[in-house]
Amino acid sequence: MSARAFRIERGGLAGACLALAALAALAAAPAFAGSANLGLLSQIFAYIALASLWNLLAGFSGLVSVGQQAYVGLGGYSLFALTMFGGLHPLVAALLSGVLAVILSFPVAALLFRLRGAYFAIGSWVMAEVFRLIAAQIKPLGGGSGASLPTIIVTGMASSRQAREFMIYWSSLALVALVLGLTIWLLRSRWGLALRAIHFNETAADSCGIEITRVKFVVYAVAAFGTALAGALIFLQKLRISPDAAFNVNDWTAFVIFMTVIGGIGRIEGPVIGAIIFFALRETLSDLGPLYLLMLGAVAIVAMLKAPKGVWGYLVDKTGFEFAPLERRIVYSLNEGNNPAAPDSKGDRP
Amino acid sequence: MRHDRGMTPLLQLSGVCKRFGAVVVADRIDLAVPCGQALGVIGPNGAGKTTLFGMIAGAVTPDAGRISFDDADITGLSPARRCRLGMARSFQIPQPFAGMTVFENLLVAAEFGRANRSAAPARECVMILERCGLAALANRHAGSLTLMQRKRLELARALASQPRLLLLDEVAGGLTEEECHSLVALVRDIHAGGVTIIWIEHIVHALIAAVDRLLVLHGGAVIADGDPKSVIGSPRVQEIYMGIPADA
Repeated sequence: MSARAFRIERGGLAGACLALAALAALAAAPAFAGSANLGLLSQIFAYIALASLWNLLAGFSGLVSVGQQAYVGLGGYSLFALTMFGGLHPLVAALLSGVLAVILSFPVAALLFRLRGAYFAIGSWVMAEVFRLIAAQIKPLGGGSGASLPTIIVTGMASSRQAREFMIYWSSLALVALVLGLTIWLLRSRWGLALRAIHFNETAADSCGIEITRVKFVVYAVAAFGTALAGALIFLQKLRISPDAAFNVNDWTAFVIFMTVIGGIGRIEGPVIGAIIFFALRETLSDLGPLYLLMLGAVAIVAMLKAPKGVWGYLVDKTGFEFAPLERRIVYSLNEGNNPAAPDSKGDRP
Repeated sequence: MRHDRGMTPLLQLSGVCKRFGAVVVADRIDLAVPCGQALGVIGPNGAGKTTLFGMIAGAVTPDAGRISFDDADITGLSPARRCRLGMARSFQIPQPFAGMTVFENLLVAAEFGRANRSAAPARECVMILERCGLAALANRHAGSLTLMQRKRLELARALASQPRLLLLDEVAGGLTEEECHSLVALVRDIHAGGVTIIWIEHIVHALIAAVDRLLVLHGGAVIADGDPKSVIGSPRVQEIYMGIPADA
């Protein structure tokens, strides 16, 4: 019995072209954008990266972590330690921070994966607090009051202030491109097939041969790498670190959850849209003080009631358009019957 | 029927016990299923049929006893490991990957459910979809299927992992007579291809048309086992399963 001639359609070409165009435009931004705008864009990039990674955990793998600040702080602290005591270039130190986070993520995951659902969420938060308390004990990095990055390291990066700003901007842009690219690649790969299967039905995924725990370990490690890298770049921009700032659950997890949920959890585009909405609200409303936080809460409540799939989920339901579709669609060739024994070779490897 | 490996059983259960609180659902079950056999399992509701499947497939841990597959002890293995060893099940209550397409549902089993990776998993999935009458639904989300279509998807997905042992849990329930006939033909075809089958079913006439051995469970124990026609005809089974008094 031979199959009808077919091919597998993935789509996403239009989205990829748009993304490349946006990347090119953003890469050229230092030529025309001011210093304040570049700083803001760098922050947005870091947050898009954090939210995309949180989405990978919570939206695709069922790992609702409330403790990703552990890796943001770890990234920041390793950057400071590796540059101040290791004498490394900050960008090299940032990459090494990511590697360090991956190594640490395995014992952490081995502990946390014993917990499920809400217990996992609370456990991850407790773990982040443990990280914070340990950081506060590191006397050479200022203990509980923190430390500033010495001038010699800052000027060692690049002599002029503008060159440093450009360098941080481009690093943040590279980070977001790396994280989004990695996420899309992962989710469209064989691993992504397993992740989506786990997401939709763990019982069935198990009985279809998927080693669920192994897949979750890999995803957790990938998220730890990206989150620590983002943390390193965030604190390279801030130039000052303290345990309370580095392991802050509000800044690095609550806002990140807000962005992901508003934008559309479980969708690649969601965190990007959500981060843009968050910063748009922050830039226009933050002068209002406490009222601003109340309004953020109101937006979250309205979104959950009216568009539980988030802004992007709502739009996809209306328009059917996705930047990076994950689904594989079967398209039967029109000349079927003429040549049924030789299906399109694209069909062999999804 | 094929019995390539002589009398070596593909699946063997020895003294398997399971209780939920005070309810005994498996009472020292001994069962040997030779390679190439099609075994039917019947029994009243609560007899322990689905739990038996759960223990064979690895979703339920037995309290005591030993389960071996292909001469290897698999009692402590996960469902995922057992699947890759060559065992696939359909769930009584369908468990599709609701947000994925029907084709992707099969692809998951084809990509992860085998000991060795296939060279052309997509093509094999397309062939299985055609064989199971799901080709027209390939790009539909599994969550949008009707119950009958979901049951067919359960069978198709189980086939996509190319099992040596196929466990079918009430795939015929609710089918029309015509659909039932085509399902029986499909199961016979799969069996003729050398796959060992264990099939739990309430639709006895469908079962008898497809199996060459019938087992009756009652209160967690095997009360009859053998040739389908004589098992159904035995007074004990008539009494317990059909509700006909033995002295009638």
